[in-house]
Amino acid sequence: MNTIFDHKLAKGVGGLLPALDVPEQGIEKLIPSSLRRTHAPRIPNLSEPELVRHYTQLSKVNYGIDDGFYPLGSCTMKYNPKINEDLARLPGFANAHPLADEDLIQGSLKLLYEASRYLCGIAGLAEVTLQPAAGAHGELCGMFLVKRYFEERGEEKRKRILLPDSAHGTNPSSATTAGFSATEIPSGKDGMINLATLEEALDDTVAAIMLTVPNTLGIFEERILEVTEMVHAAGGLCYFDGANLNAFLGRARPGDMGADIFHFNLHKTLSTPHGGGGPGSGPVAVAQSLVDFLPVPRIVKDENRYRLDWNSPHSIGCIHSFYGNFGVILKAYAYLLLLGDTGLREVSENAVLNANYLQESLKQTYPLPYERLCKHEFVLSGKGLGEGISALDIAKRLIDYGFHPPTIYFPLIVPEALMIEPTECEGKETLDRFIEAMERIAAEAKENPRLLHEAPQYAPVRRLDQTRAARQPILTYPFDER
Amino acid sequence: MRYIANTGADRRAMLTAIGLSSLEELFHDIPQEVKDRFQPLELPTRSEMEVARVLKELSTLNSCQQSSISFLGGGVYDHYIPSVVSHITSRSEFYTAYTPYQPELSQGTLTTMFEFQTLICELTGMEVANASIYDGASALAEGVLMAKRIVGKGRVAAAQSLFPHYRRVLDTYCWAAGIKVIEIPYTNAGACDLTALPQDLSSLVVQIPNAFGVIEELKGVKERLADALLIVVTNPISLGILAPPGQFGADIVIGEGQPLGIPASFGGPFLGLFATRERYLRQMPGRLTAQTVDTEGKIGYTMAIQTREQHIRRERATSNICTNSQLCALAATVYLASLGADGLHELATLNLEKAHYLAQRITALPGYRLAFEAPFFNEFAVRVPTDPQAIRARLKEERILLDDPRFLSALGAPNTLRFAVTEKRTKDELDRLVELLEVI
Repeated sequence: MNTIFDHKLAKGVGGLLPALDVPEQGIEKLIPSSLRRTHAPRIPNLSEPELVRHYTQLSKVNYGIDDGFYPLGSCTMKYNPKINEDLARLPGFANAHPLADEDLIQGSLKLLYEASRYLCGIAGLAEVTLQPAAGAHGELCGMFLVKRYFEERGEEKRKRILLPDSAHGTNPSSATTAGFSATEIPSGKDGMINLATLEEALDDTVAAIMLTVPNTLGIFEERILEVTEMVHAAGGLCYFDGANLNAFLGRARPGDMGADIFHFNLHKTLSTPHGGGGPGSGPVAVAQSLVDFLPVPRIVKDENRYRLDWNSPHSIGCIHSFYGNFGVILKAYAYLLLLGDTGLREVSENAVLNANYLQESLKQTYPLPYERLCKHEFVLSGKGLGEGISALDIAKRLIDYGFHPPTIYFPLIVPEALMIEPTECEGKETLDRFIEAMERIAAEAKENPRLLHEAPQYAPVRRLDQTRAARQPILTYPFDER
Repeated sequence: MRYIANTGADRRAMLTAIGLSSLEELFHDIPQEVKDRFQPLELPTRSEMEVARVLKELSTLNSCQQSSISFLGGGVYDHYIPSVVSHITSRSEFYTAYTPYQPELSQGTLTTMFEFQTLICELTGMEVANASIYDGASALAEGVLMAKRIVGKGRVAAAQSLFPHYRRVLDTYCWAAGIKVIEIPYTNAGACDLTALPQDLSSLVVQIPNAFGVIEELKGVKERLADALLIVVTNPISLGILAPPGQFGADIVIGEGQPLGIPASFGGPFLGLFATRERYLRQMPGRLTAQTVDTEGKIGYTMAIQTREQHIRRERATSNICTNSQLCALAATVYLASLGADGLHELATLNLEKAHYLAQRITALPGYRLAFEAPFFNEFAVRVPTDPQAIRARLKEERILLDDPRFLSALGAPNTLRFAVTEKRTKDELDRLVELLEVI
């Protein structure tokens, strides 16, 4: 792959900026030499056509949801409606300065206010903050809320967060970043939380449990009400990671399951694009008992006027420069308006149907460690498929068949895990093609394993040397070696 | 529904294959009690055309955005964004991709991440940069946590002249991490007063240009810090002219990347810049991409040093961050590439010259003077002869927008107005502002 730095550092081409229209004084006069840059940064000066071709070519060696099936488990790679991109670019929204007076930004405030009402409704909880910029940021915000809650109650000894061993890595990491310690609890044989194990772990040092519902195996915790009741009885709070909300959108609410805190991933469930890794948006909804601790400012409505309310003496403070990723929230809001209640129900219906259809079809060929009705995703194992065949080999071979691979090696409790989430957007036709590819790969694993070990053959690059990247990392362009 | 491909017949066939007779049975594992409590949003389904109308109407409630002349700044600036930026970020191969966990299908994202990391190092004079964090304020908080991990002391000194939104986020993270934030006042020249720097620090945070627009002298600061790390908050456009913080021994450089081709968008999504020294690489938060080769020796890119990150290290990760601000980083990369080194210098010069022209004209008015006699870039603070709120309100009637002076008086600078001047402001607009001030 070429980078822009492989182009010559030619003299500037100009034409982008207007001429100076005030009397020139000169940098030398305005900035003392000790503060001035002596060497220009090494940024090539390309013509616009060269630039456009460079990035267009790079886009062609990338794979997005618009290119094809992307069954990346836990990531909910659903289609991103095009209209949302246009709406986020409306000048009235795109040019709104976050420090402008409230009377000039009523449109943005109203949108945020209404979006928060809908999110509260989906969560079945009392209030929401839109500030977190991603799911993990939402988790961190949630952990801050837990911390403040127990501080105010004088229960600082509650320092532990319980997590099932199937939890996303961000969960334990968010807990420790907020100053808690993470206690892992092993999942039962059925892939769910074992109530006896939970009982043993619960005491007066537990601040909260962090649950993902359905869990990362795609299994709905059938005893969820018992779990949350037990934690509450022990004086703890229940945090729900919303990564898997697509499984029950429009038919169940975390608040009704006993959640005190719930974070959304708008870039997953509510269709805003992932942008190649971000930006996301991770609003956090809370029960009434935690409302006072939410970040400031809160967006409030007085009759027909919207304003920012900074007056919240028990708040944890701010966790974002301003009010969250407005441009992302806007797309989620538009998606909610497009779908309505009926559309939201159809989402979970088709997401769960697609996942179960794939699970049922693939379990003949691949080991399914937890066999039961799944929700929006399920986890197969690549173990035992053939001599020396790994989940990585299967994933890379899928690339040759034109599919993005599923999530691999997660959750950690399944050996050679292949975590598959089809989302509601895919049709049976696509799923059947995927099933066929997976079956052929399973056959190849026995008959011609080299095809898997040496995959991908038909990608822009062959398998990349990860070890070299870790041992001698080249993290910037090696100008000196040119 | 428009975004679902299955037909009724598909659904029936799939249900049969699973061995179920109704869609409702797919949800039998959700307790009935939970299902009974469910309440819908009472939200109708709308056509694309209707939704577009609703959102367009909302956008027009943001009055003044079109016809006003903005001198708003405070960390978010009204720069011109070349058309090419949104054309590239609108390529759906980029914006509909996930995190590049499968490098063979993600060379586009990974190559641009590598370019971005290189560009940020070139601008800041640092050795390594990550592929971005949420925004400038959260990048600062991550930097302070990183310094605590390296130095081990539970105190950070932060200049009083930070933008308030950086300080607020820093306070929240530090409260949770048990780090004490000590505020360092500023001198009469608006620079961080280092005469009474406290001991036992993990880091010192200074911002250049600071909340008053002042460019502080960094020379000699690092030398006064013992083992504490020097964290510098910067404005990337200013680095087209200013010496990079790396030159003065900064250990961590962070910044808000919004000026690099990202719309104000009511405060987000933005772009947290984060750069540091190679020796601190393994303590760094956030994603990194590295150059490597494939099995045929061809150069390619892949995410690297992931053992720092939460999906591998879990509760012992350097940070809980996962999603970053990749599409904004792509915008910044294309923006910088479209300017080139020469264009960036030219752009920074336009900002500098126009801001100084305006400052000189304003301070020629009776009673107006610079709040601090110090070098500045494209933003400056002016002590005004009458109530700053009254001046601001009067200008607003003429559709000229200034930052609320409350932000500055909260920092100990009363009767002060701040003006941010970018390349977009024309001489006519600057003169118009001065004419109005003359008669207030």
